[in-house]
Amino acid sequence: MGLDRREFLKVAGLAGLLGLGGKAAIDMFAPGELEASMETIPLTEGKRWAMVIDVHKIDETIIKKCVEACHREHNVPDLASKKEEIKWIWKEDYEHSFPERHHEYVGEDVEHGSFLLLCNHCSNPPCCRVCPTKATWQREDGIVMMDQHRCIGCRFCMAACPFGARSFNWGDPRRVLEDEKLKELNPGYPTNQDYPTRSKGVVEKCTFCAERLAKGQLPACVEAANTVKKDALVFGDLDEPDSNVRAVLRNHYTIRRKPELGTNPNVFYIV
Amino acid sequence: MYDGGKIITGLIIGIGLLMAPFFYNAGKAAKAPEPELTAKAKEAKQCVMEKAYMTSSHFSLLDDWRNTVVRDGERYYTAKSGKVFYKSLQMTCLDCHSNKSKFCDQCHDYVGVDPYCWDCHIEPKEKK
Amino acid sequence: MLETALKGRQGYWGLLIFLLALMGVGFVSYLYQFSEGLRITGMSRDVSWGFYIGQLTYFVGIAAGGVMVVLPCYLHDYKAFGRITILGEFLAVASVVMCGLFVIVDLGNLPRMLNIMIYPNPTSILFWDMIVLNVYMLLNIIIGWNVLSAERKGVHYQKWVKVLIYISIPWAFSIHTVTAFLYAGIPGRHYWLTAIMAARFLSSAFASGPALLILLCLIVRKVSNFDPGKEQIRTLGGIVAYAFILNMFFLLLELFTAFYSQIPGHMHSFDYLFGLEGHGSVLAPWMWASIGFAVVALVLLIVPATRRREDTLAVGCAAVIASTWIDKGFGLVIGGFIPNPFGRVFEYWPTTPEVLISVGVWATGFFILTVLYKIVISVKEEVGA
Repeated sequence: MGLDRREFLKVAGLAGLLGLGGKAAIDMFAPGELEASMETIPLTEGKRWAMVIDVHKIDETIIKKCVEACHREHNVPDLASKKEEIKWIWKEDYEHSFPERHHEYVGEDVEHGSFLLLCNHCSNPPCCRVCPTKATWQREDGIVMMDQHRCIGCRFCMAACPFGARSFNWGDPRRVLEDEKLKELNPGYPTNQDYPTRSKGVVEKCTFCAERLAKGQLPACVEAANTVKKDALVFGDLDEPDSNVRAVLRNHYTIRRKPELGTNPNVFYIV
Repeated sequence: MYDGGKIITGLIIGIGLLMAPFFYNAGKAAKAPEPELTAKAKEAKQCVMEKAYMTSSHFSLLDDWRNTVVRDGERYYTAKSGKVFYKSLQMTCLDCHSNKSKFCDQCHDYVGVDPYCWDCHIEPKEKK
Repeated sequence: MLETALKGRQGYWGLLIFLLALMGVGFVSYLYQFSEGLRITGMSRDVSWGFYIGQLTYFVGIAAGGVMVVLPCYLHDYKAFGRITILGEFLAVASVVMCGLFVIVDLGNLPRMLNIMIYPNPTSILFWDMIVLNVYMLLNIIIGWNVLSAERKGVHYQKWVKVLIYISIPWAFSIHTVTAFLYAGIPGRHYWLTAIMAARFLSSAFASGPALLILLCLIVRKVSNFDPGKEQIRTLGGIVAYAFILNMFFLLLELFTAFYSQIPGHMHSFDYLFGLEGHGSVLAPWMWASIGFAVVALVLLIVPATRRREDTLAVGCAAVIASTWIDKGFGLVIGGFIPNPFGRVFEYWPTTPEVLISVGVWATGFFILTVLYKIVISVKEEVGA
């Protein structure tokens, strides 16, 4: 990251004044209630980013909002095909989120509850281990990042990910602009003019909104969820003992997906 | 040399075929296009680096930007003038040079290169 | 020596033209895939590797199997095999070429392929697989070519070739071990996460490689004046028998661990592949066919009378090839992806363009094999072997 908080504010402020792209940086100067909870840990300097999803607080509306916010932010198209599906964050039921925990007598609210799944940004990510070109790798702040410029499309990472978090561009995503049916499904695609689309033949996935963190903003899903219910999704630095995520983890019983595989996921669920 | 005549005839025909495009196009060289500047770009006077460097090596700069942004998370660039730029092809470069067809494509077509930037990065909507 | 490949009978040219035509079909299909993307294949978000990677795995096995003639010849001084080591080595060359092509057609972004070398990641098994496969191909080209040209000149090959031969023997084991590691080190894919994966790969390789070699020897004998030899074929038959029994034994070990432990993750893929779980499986008839071929092969290879008769041995070898081809070239890769990480079943079946591209790759391999074998035959006929 290279910049400390003070330096970042200086740069962001300068960029803001000069109108040089750092549009969103201004948000840092007028923190809402949400950002206030992050006061102690600037979003630009985490050591180990993590997310806690409170399953009691999220509902269909929030989930829909999160998914939409993410996919609009990152120009993720709906390709109307299970085979070629691309998703960064999505809804899943309990049985399929935690297949090894499921049993037939599980309580109704859990059984019918909805979970929000995304890349776990594992501390020990098998996807990065297997990538032959380091097109996917772990940043110093723990984010498992994708470099779409470098990916050769071998899909080894998809085989290696135990969480099904990765999607492949089986075709050119921009065909959405030509196909009438897809056009209708994706009004305004590409929805975010400031973010690239992808090209055919590369893998993509959630990046914990690295581009937003760099500007001092929370991930799009966290922001979207919190406009409906406070702390439904909590995002922060696990490495910081006083951080919001650490506090939430201290006070609630949480589970992670497939911890027995030793990948050490950084997305937690309060159930 | 066995079959010397045949070999030499073959060589002449081969070389002739190889050179054909040069003879065919001789004297027809098109004039190198000059990238057009938008009002906004003209007003700024100075790009991220001096003009000569940008003309000859903008791709090196862009390559460096994309690597440092994506891989190192370093998103700001301080120019020699002290001006700070947000390193983004889409949001910074093309904000000024919003006339992609006249600023980028014309010259790329002329030299016959086809950078894949635009497979992913979104082109500015140009006013026709 | 290359000039011997340019003189041949009508049948030879006919075969080459036929293979060239298939290569053309494959190439055109590939151009279609290159412009449309891999969406024209049957692969999906859930089954993200398919026929191509399965075939890669299978032909690494065939390539490694060639060592089963080299090893007895040079480590056990079994002289009879000296006559046919070249056939094993050139089979390995053609197989590795196919492996490389199957990787290439599977890549989503071919123009960036060199990134594997520009930005190598030493923790990636794919990086190591690329290295061991290429080195193995080089070793076999150099060894095969030198030994054959020495034979043609009636002299003994040079000493440094012998060094390469000794290197090539453990190297053959390494290529299939590393290929097994592509699968065996991945958490969360239970079907692949097994310590005997490399052992299974090697046993099936040492069955299917020599089995194919036996069939090729029989063809060579039929179309030329070079006879690879009765004793050679008989010994190879014994090797195929042992290796194939081991291969089936290893499969039983897997089945025991899965179904005696009753751990769901270990059982699921087998349940799916053999259609044991209610929800029908497009692969089940194939997997049962693989078992059927295996039974035929075991009978024909274990009973001494049928193993020693060349016609029944040939049937047994064909059954070995069919059984291992389905098991490794198809079931292995797909079974690892089903059920998916969410415990759901999303099936895979290759599309027509995908099969045509594969046909093109096979044709390329057999084209190379035909030319190389033609050279071998010409030299052997010339020296009156």
